[in-house]
Amino acid sequence: MIKSLFAKLTDGLNKTKHGFTERIDQLINNYGTIDEELLEEIEEVLITADVGMNTTMKVIEELREELKERKVIESIGIKEVLKDVLINHIALEEESMVDYETTPQIILVIGVNGVGKTTSIGKIANKFKKNGKSVLLAAGDTFRAAAIDQLKVWGNRVEIDVIAQQEGSDPASVIYDGIQAAKSRKTDVLICDTAGRLHNKKNLIMELHKVFKIVEREYPEAKREVLLVLDATTGQNAINQAKNFKEVADITGIVLTKLDGTAKGGAILAIKDEVDIPVKLVGLGESVEDLEDFDGETFVNALLS
Amino acid sequence: MAVFESLSDKLQNTFKQLTGRGKLSEKDIKEAMREVKLALLEADVNFKIVKQFIKDVSERANGSEVMESLTPGQQVIKIVNEELTKLMGETNSKINISSKPPTVIMLVGLQGAGKTTTGGKLGNLLKKQGKSPLLVAGDIYRPAAIKQLQVVGESLDIPVFTMGDQIDPVDIAKASINQANKNSNDLVIIDTAGRLHIDENLMDELVQIKKAIVPDEILLVVDAMTGQDAVNVAESFNQQLGLTGVILTKLDGDTRGGAALSVRAVTGKPIKFIGVGEKLNDFEEFYPDRMASRILGMGDVLTLIEKAQENFDEEKAKKLQKKIKNQELDLDDFLEQMQQMKNMGPISDLMGMIPGMNNKALKNVNLDDRDLIKVEAIIQSMTKKERKNPGILNGSRKKRVASGSGTTVPDVNRLVKQFEQTKKMMKQMNQMSKGGKIKMPFM
Repeated sequence: MIKSLFAKLTDGLNKTKHGFTERIDQLINNYGTIDEELLEEIEEVLITADVGMNTTMKVIEELREELKERKVIESIGIKEVLKDVLINHIALEEESMVDYETTPQIILVIGVNGVGKTTSIGKIANKFKKNGKSVLLAAGDTFRAAAIDQLKVWGNRVEIDVIAQQEGSDPASVIYDGIQAAKSRKTDVLICDTAGRLHNKKNLIMELHKVFKIVEREYPEAKREVLLVLDATTGQNAINQAKNFKEVADITGIVLTKLDGTAKGGAILAIKDEVDIPVKLVGLGESVEDLEDFDGETFVNALLS
Repeated sequence: MAVFESLSDKLQNTFKQLTGRGKLSEKDIKEAMREVKLALLEADVNFKIVKQFIKDVSERANGSEVMESLTPGQQVIKIVNEELTKLMGETNSKINISSKPPTVIMLVGLQGAGKTTTGGKLGNLLKKQGKSPLLVAGDIYRPAAIKQLQVVGESLDIPVFTMGDQIDPVDIAKASINQANKNSNDLVIIDTAGRLHIDENLMDELVQIKKAIVPDEILLVVDAMTGQDAVNVAESFNQQLGLTGVILTKLDGDTRGGAALSVRAVTGKPIKFIGVGEKLNDFEEFYPDRMASRILGMGDVLTLIEKAQENFDEEKAKKLQKKIKNQELDLDDFLEQMQQMKNMGPISDLMGMIPGMNNKALKNVNLDDRDLIKVEAIIQSMTKKERKNPGILNGSRKKRVASGSGTTVPDVNRLVKQFEQTKKMMKQMNQMSKGGKIKMPFM
C-alpha cells in the first residue's frame, strides 16, 4: 500500500506545482454553471492553504449565500465573489494598523521557537527608524544560545542600540533595563525581544506574564503593542498558539513571517475567525526591507494564486 | 480547536449509531472515515495524502470481519491506525555509519526548523554512543548562527569547526572533513543555513556541498507544526538532494504533527529522530505507532481497541454467548468475565473508554478494583457444584466460603444476589436484541 500511495502522490504533487487556480480556472472554463464539484475544488484550495476545516466550511457557506444574493450562476463569476468573501474575513480596520506615529511606544514581540521574532524585530526597527523615530532594542531572549548576539547583529545593521544582559539572566530585568534606558534617553520606540516558547509550557508562559507586569508598572505612559509572530508555514497549530498566548498577553497584532515560500498562511483566516486578532505585518524575505504592512487584498490574491 | 475537543465524543456517537456485525459495511466505513478524514486534516496531514489514504484504507476495510469485541466503527479505526502506523515506517533510528570514517551527516531544512539545536542534540546522542563528533558551522548567513553552534558545542563539550561567515559553505564543508581526519573525529555533523526550498541559489549551494563531501546522511529537519506546505518542502529537498532521513522537531508542543505523515509519504524516507524539548538531551528515537495515534488524536479509543484485542478470547466469548442464550450462565463464567476485565486495567478507566459512557454517567457508579479481588476470592472458595448452581448455597456452605475467602457471609450473599441480577439482566438483553451478540465481555 505504501508504494502505491507514494506513486499516486508524486502524480498529485506534480499537479500541485501548476497551481490550484489553474485547476479552478479549468473547471470554470469547462463548466458553464457553478456546481458542487467546483465548490469542492475551492474547498480543497482553502484547506491546502491551511485555512482549516471549520473556517473553510464557513467560507464555503458564505460563498454560497453570496452567490445566491448576487445571483451569480455562471462559474466565471465565482472567483470575484470568493475573493470578496475572503477579504471580508480578514479586512483590517484603519485603527488596527501599526501606528508609526505615537510616541513613546513599547513593542513586545512574542511567539514560539523559530518563527522569526528576532529577524522581524530588526525589520520593524528599521521601519520606525525610516519614519524618523528613535528606536532602542531590548534583548529579552536570554535563553537561546547566541540569541543576544543575533539581536546585536541586527542592531548593528540598522544602527540601533541594544540593551542586553548576559545569557541566562532574568528576561523581566532586561526589559526593565530597556524601559529605564528608553525613558532616560527619551527614545520614541522600545522594541523587546523575548525567548521563543512553546505555548503549552505553563512556566514559560508565566514568565511572559511577569514581563508584562513590569511593562505595565514601569512604562504606563507608553503606547503598548504586543505582536505575536506566526510562521506562515505552520498549520492548524497556529490557532492554538494564538489562543494560548492571548491568555497571558493582550496581543494587539500578528506578524506573519516566511510568506515568501510556498506556504499560504491561511491559518490566519481561522485565527481571525476564532481568536479575532488582526494581522498587521507580513515578512517576505531575509533582507531588512522585507517586511510589509498587511493588506487583505494582496494576501487573498496570493492565497488563491 | 472546537472540532477537536469533541472528536472523541463525536466518534463515540458515530460508533453508537453503527450496528450490525459480521463484515464491515460500506456505510460503517463511510461514517467512520468522515471522522478520520477530519481528524487527519485537523492534524495538518496534507489534503491529497488524506484523500488517497482514506480511499486506500476504505478499500481494505470493505468487507473485512468485525472483531467480536469491537463495534464496526472501532474496527474501522483499528484498520486506519494499523495502516497509518505502517505508512509511518519502521522504527529506524540508526545513522548510516561509514566504513571509512568520518561518517558525515548534513542537516538541511527551512529557516527556524531547529537545525542548529538538532545538530547539538544529535552530536550529543552519538557521542554517548561512543562517537567523537565534530560540529561544523555551515550557516554563514543568519546573524550569530555560528556563535549559537559554538555555545551549543561548548555546553556539550563537542568541538565546533568554523571558518567565520566570509567563506563559501562548500569550502567550509570540505575543510571540516580534513579537520576531522586530523583530529580523529569519526563523525562530522554539518549545520547548514535555513533556506526556502524554492531558493535556487541556496538549494544549489547544498547540492554543491553534497558533491564535494558525499555525506552518508542528509537529514531534513522539519518543524512538527508545519502545515499543508510540508509536502512541497519535503519533495523539493528530496528531489534536489536525495534525503536519507528526517528529523521532526518541536514535538513537545501540542501540535498533532500531521506533517510527519506528509513528509514520510512524499519522500518515502524514514523519520529517524524527534526533538521533544529545549534541553540538549530532549531527543528521542521515533516510534511510528505513537506518531500514528498522535496524528489520529484518538488515543483513548485506540487504547480501548488495543486492550480489547489483547485480552479478549473469541472462542470463550462464543461459548459465553451460547450460555447466555440458553440461560446456563454460572459463577465460573461470571468469574472469567471479571478476570478478563481485570486484565484490561482499572475498571473505572475502562468504563470511561466505552463509547457512550462518560464521566458524568460514571460518577454514581462506584467501581473499585478491590471489590473485584473480593469477588474472585469468594468464587474461588466455592466448590465446582456451588459455582454451577449457586442455589445450593445454604447457611453452612456460605459460612465456609466466607471464611475460606476471608470475607463475611453478607459479602457472599451480596455476590450471589449480584450474579442473579446479572443473569436476569443478560436474559433481558438477550431478548431485546433477539439473540444478538454482546459487545463487550462484561456488558
